[in-house]
Amino acid sequence: MITLTRRYHFSASHRLHSAALGEAENARLYGKCNNPYGHGHDYVLEVTVAGNIDETTGLLLPIARLDRLVQNQVLHLFSHRNLNLDLPQFARLVPTTENVALVIAELLERQWHLLNDSQTGTAPRLHRVHVQETDRNGFEVLIGAPQNKSLLDFQHESVTVNA
Amino acid sequence: MFVTRKAEFSASHFCRIPSLGDAANRELFGEEANPNGHGHNYTVEVTVEGDPDPVTGMLIDLKELKEWLEQEVVDPMDHRFLNHEIPPFDRVVPTTPNIAREIWRRLEPRFLNRTASLARVRLFETSDLYVDITREDQNA
Repeated sequence: MITLTRRYHFSASHRLHSAALGEAENARLYGKCNNPYGHGHDYVLEVTVAGNIDETTGLLLPIARLDRLVQNQVLHLFSHRNLNLDLPQFARLVPTTENVALVIAELLERQWHLLNDSQTGTAPRLHRVHVQETDRNGFEVLIGAPQNKSLLDFQHESVTVNA
Repeated sequence: MFVTRKAEFSASHFCRIPSLGDAANRELFGEEANPNGHGHNYTVEVTVEGDPDPVTGMLIDLKELKEWLEQEVVDPMDHRFLNHEIPPFDRVVPTTPNIAREIWRRLEPRFLNRTASLARVRLFETSDLYVDITREDQNA
């Protein structure tokens, strides 16, 4: 298998707080990450595509096209934003980096067809989304793995809150 | 289990398809298409799969792996202009996928009749771009 991985950077703030839990439980569960005004990270996003080397170009796809997709679908939304307040995806979803990675994977998957080659109508497939929150914490989604559920759909459903 | 060894080389290249015009090359390769070339500090990681030898406790002799990397990759490519000096890049565009594949091709014969096998070649062109080649697809 041949894969190509491109690394992107974005800075954003968030606060981990679950509406399904009380104040004390949130503070216990998330610790410093539950601080009311939030805090930020310099996130590193890795997007991995899998496919074949085009024998003419020597590429899986022109890198600039991948950059454009990631810029328009992800970085444009996430860069220098407060994830809780600025992104509708996290209106009801706790912006843990697990969820950030799943949302990014879904945003990319939904518009992946924009990468289709004008002649062949195909593109290399999205294989992996990896988000590094700090040097010490990394989170990874393998595309096509059965446990991935649609988070973007989930946020439109009603969320049951334990009273 | 796996063992990974890393090596670095610095080289210049450009990415252009001779039959295409400047605009088309730029569309495909961006700044990589600048005709006089530019350089990168490449990092290659070679991952070997196998079991430790019951006597030596080693999956592979890392001194030997280091020599293979020097002989096949670093000595020929370090401080060279890939397009002009290192075949097949006189006719094959030296993109990161193609250089990774060439490194795989050069290293693979070294593993003939060995208990350890070549599992992955990872080539970083910059810290923000890398290519992995793993064994499954080598016949493709």
